[in-house]
Amino acid sequence: MKELTELKLKVLDLLNEDARRSPQLLSTLIGVEEEAVKEAIAELEADHVIVKYAAVVNWSKIEEETVTALIEVQITPERGRGFEGIAERIYLYPQVKSVYLMSGAYDLLVEVEGRNLREVANFVSEKLSPIDSVLSTKTNFILKKYKQDGIIFEDREEDNRLMVSP
Amino acid sequence: MIVNEDTKQQQVKSMNSYLAPLVRDIPPSGIRKFFDLANGSKDIITLGVGEPDFTTPWHVREACVYSLERGVTAYTSNAGMIELREAISQYLHESFEVGYDPQNQIIVTVGGSEAIDLALRALIEPGDEILIPEPCYVSYSPITSIGGGVPVGIETYAEDNFKLTAEALEAQITPKSKVLILCYPSNPTGATMTYEDWLPIAKVVEKHDLIVISDEIYAELTYNQKHVSFAAIPGMMDRTVLVSGFSKAFAMTGWRMGYVCAHPDIIAAMLKIHQYTVMCAPVMGQVAALEALKNGMGEKDRMVESYNQRRRLIVQGFQDIGLQCHEPQGAFYAFPSIVSTGLSSDEFAQRLLLEAKVAAVPGTAFGAGGEGFLRCSYATSVAQLTEALDRIGAFLHKLKQES
Repeated sequence: MKELTELKLKVLDLLNEDARRSPQLLSTLIGVEEEAVKEAIAELEADHVIVKYAAVVNWSKIEEETVTALIEVQITPERGRGFEGIAERIYLYPQVKSVYLMSGAYDLLVEVEGRNLREVANFVSEKLSPIDSVLSTKTNFILKKYKQDGIIFEDREEDNRLMVSP
Repeated sequence: MIVNEDTKQQQVKSMNSYLAPLVRDIPPSGIRKFFDLANGSKDIITLGVGEPDFTTPWHVREACVYSLERGVTAYTSNAGMIELREAISQYLHESFEVGYDPQNQIIVTVGGSEAIDLALRALIEPGDEILIPEPCYVSYSPITSIGGGVPVGIETYAEDNFKLTAEALEAQITPKSKVLILCYPSNPTGATMTYEDWLPIAKVVEKHDLIVISDEIYAELTYNQKHVSFAAIPGMMDRTVLVSGFSKAFAMTGWRMGYVCAHPDIIAAMLKIHQYTVMCAPVMGQVAALEALKNGMGEKDRMVESYNQRRRLIVQGFQDIGLQCHEPQGAFYAFPSIVSTGLSSDEFAQRLLLEAKVAAVPGTAFGAGGEGFLRCSYATSVAQLTEALDRIGAFLHKLKQES
């Protein structure tokens, strides 16, 4: 793994808090030239350290709710390729949001999102389970998200300090 | 019973006559006056708060909760838990190279404020003059007066980065001078003092046989330099009463946890007052403070880095909108000059609040030398700071058009 400079780490920290921060603001916050920040960002993007600038959305706040399931999948590894080929087959489906190779009682953890329960169930029964090397699946639906990517979803951002204090 | 307004007024007047003149004559804090004004307004961005915008780190809160579950609810020794005093001693030695014996040189207090009060009450005789560099934290002068002392301000200036100079100190010294109160890094200016800055001050202190109360509550919040404790200057250890606490470094303002370190004789005197007034600091706060010292340095460093980022943002921001601002090297306040607007600090702060919905404290709340300045705390989010700077910029533009 590549070791990052202190500047790049600071840039990542600050963008991780808020991806909309401009290079100008970042340069003020960190105390370096704007050009250096731009260069760092360009390199981080080129190296795929920054993969994408996305919003963390609390979908439960809007009416059009989605259903997310975490599916534990046991598979038989393929000769020569292990879990790679089968993982690729699974993650190419657009419904699949993430795939992790796990230690423990099962092999892959697959995060699937659908518009409703039936859509997710159909994906499991029609796409995932029929794959030859899949031995078993266990589907867990997410009922409520309290925290994601370090961000707490509850409305607790209020500043309760006095307006003015010593 | 129906009480009409006149009767009420008479009652108030008569009750006032019971009050101790020393207390009755103390004017209300400039911060409090402004607080009342700000509190009635809506949609305000506040740069007025003198406390971290972080919540106390979770592991510190958890240590307190866990100790309560185990039933740790009794008095501690008057000076505080010995484990905590030992941790404070070790921390001060490692961080600032000052050595205090946890057995007889440290008292855990109810915030740094109690520590300052104890120190002054232990030292002041009626009529003693207490030297206070200004602008300064709002309590020093009133607590001095309550203790029967006479506060004597020493004005400091923006062109010296609000540092205390030996000449300014010496100019205010009389045969009645007894105590010098220092607060560096400074609330409200963010000024800090280096080792070289302290040396001439120490000479004056020695020459005039002064005792120093050094409020080092912001010691952990310094940028690009290490805090130098006045007690660490050669010969000053025994002359210094070092006051500090957990509020600012570990985001623990509401816990009211402070401590004071001094020569054993001074500590013994202070302990008498402490034991007859508060008995001991609350045990749950002491447990939390111990956890903060043992395991909280990483969190503290992260918070300091965050303040440093916002410090750059606010100083740059003031420069961009045309307000002169010296670069504060400590605490979390910027102290820009508003002289160029032609308004007084009070006027500027009031209009800024009412017309631009930004609360900041007029420099005059902090004593002489504060006129022409505004205290802006940057212990608030980057988004709020950016918005506040935009609003102040627009307000300045409006002022220019008026003139």
